[in-house]
Amino acid sequence: MADAGRETSQRPHLAVIGAGPAGLTAALTAARHGVRVTLVDAAPEAGGQFYRQPARELGARHPEALHHQWRTWERLREGLRGQEQAGSLRHLPEHHVWLVERRTDGFSVHALLGPEQERPAEVRADAVLLATGGYEKVLPFPGWTLPGVVTAGGAQAMLKGTLAVPGHTAVVAGTGPLLLPVATGLAAAGVRVAALVESADPGGFVRRSRALSAQPAKLAEAAEYAARLLRHRVRTLVHHTVVEAHGTGRLEAVTVAALDGDGRVRPGTGRRIACDTLAVGHGMVPHTDLAQGLGCRIDGVAVHVDDEQRTDVPGVWAAGEATGIGGATLSLAEGHIAGRSAAARLTGAVPDPRDWAGAARARAALRRFFAALDDVYAPPAHWAEQVGDDTVVCRCEEVTGGAIREAVAGLGAGDLRTVKLLTRAGMGWCQGRMCESGVAGVAGCPDTPARRLLARPVPLGVLARAGETDAPHGT
Amino acid sequence: MNPLELTRARPGPAFTITLDGREVEALPGQTVAAALWAAGVTSWRTTRGEGRPRGVFCGIGVCFDCLVTVNDRPNQRACLVALRPGDTVRTQEGTGHDG
Repeated sequence: MADAGRETSQRPHLAVIGAGPAGLTAALTAARHGVRVTLVDAAPEAGGQFYRQPARELGARHPEALHHQWRTWERLREGLRGQEQAGSLRHLPEHHVWLVERRTDGFSVHALLGPEQERPAEVRADAVLLATGGYEKVLPFPGWTLPGVVTAGGAQAMLKGTLAVPGHTAVVAGTGPLLLPVATGLAAAGVRVAALVESADPGGFVRRSRALSAQPAKLAEAAEYAARLLRHRVRTLVHHTVVEAHGTGRLEAVTVAALDGDGRVRPGTGRRIACDTLAVGHGMVPHTDLAQGLGCRIDGVAVHVDDEQRTDVPGVWAAGEATGIGGATLSLAEGHIAGRSAAARLTGAVPDPRDWAGAARARAALRRFFAALDDVYAPPAHWAEQVGDDTVVCRCEEVTGGAIREAVAGLGAGDLRTVKLLTRAGMGWCQGRMCESGVAGVAGCPDTPARRLLARPVPLGVLARAGETDAPHGT
Repeated sequence: MNPLELTRARPGPAFTITLDGREVEALPGQTVAAALWAAGVTSWRTTRGEGRPRGVFCGIGVCFDCLVTVNDRPNQRACLVALRPGDTVRTQEGTGHDG
């Protein structure tokens, strides 16, 4: 098999999957330390979800209006250009990776290209670094399948990437720090934000957390968001939750209600807010499909890594939200460490942790901070009580709360897999990515990520020909 | 203020696509979902089981709620597919293979 890359360069080759903050930093760091890097990413432009860029053709001259930490992005973007020009880094945009395969001589990264994602491509490398990020968790409630109900991150992605908003009046609801940039972003873009509905009590975080005092930058960020909410006259309801979305063909209103100290809806507190958009989210889930396909150990819902950001599979590193949700700054620190470690080990050196002491300190502090944040921004303890027997829980297969409860109470299902086999919940298009936590909560089962062999749908023809390609796409 | 004004966008000239035969204006670089949102359309699919309307949910290609038929190819994710002049978009019923 042709392996032209090795003839032109003897430098070891690292494939980095994902061009968000973690992947970009890791790719640049490794390229600067003697490794050839191929950065493989699904989007047309680097940046990931955090630095998601508007399509070039839209000609946005001031995209930073929708972003935070723009200087960091400029630094990463300039670094990417520099390393590309130096020939040490190749960026492959619009490559949708569906499998990373371990081979005797390294790894094969299998991707799909083109608008229909049907053209196969393969990248061979000596090692891989997974920076696959995360996606949003949304817990079910009556009406959450109505058009006009979108994930909070989805509303933001559409806004940043395509400069589109879904309607005129929005409610932003759920739990977690992501709701703040979503509410302020929509408001800045001309959407009337009728309410920001947070189920947690962030005041408790401020009072309790020692981790917060170690993060003055985060405090400043929170203050900035508070000021923006005030400027846009966004009403904030804490310790409240959306109990139902109303409408027939599309969203017309939501009912929100107060929560008591145990996380139960307080009877009689419901109020209706008219809106055509509900942006809702309950935190993030790490994207672990590629890691699972490689056989990497998963701790809870995240890829397990050591101090050097190595997974337990030799030659596979992981960084960013795939290893645990913690935001862009933590992703930058992890990406830096992973890049240094991979570069050292691939060039036959023993990595010296002193080379990344600063990043390691930032990583430790930020992990503590996000662990504390996680405790405060947990979804209401009794959220599943709002899921009626006729509420759809699995969006793809339209499996209701009643069907799931029947599988548990009537048929004896005690785990997610059995519930899935009995009800088809999680067997549809998204393979449970959207409903896993919801089904687990309604069923009363532990929320364990399903093992998905392929990270994306793959045409059968591509599967049949995989491994037969006679010209691996650049090694 | 709208997002185009906020980011001082200067897109190329708008072009026309069709949604179920009706002409809809799109901007270069817009995905199917973005152009339909801009045209005030939020659903373009009905579900296989209950025939319920769906549109964008996750916005990043994970959830498959926004499936649509583009140029006679069913089951395209509207949040990922960029439009080209003259594209024909059709709302999709069920699996997209029902006729």
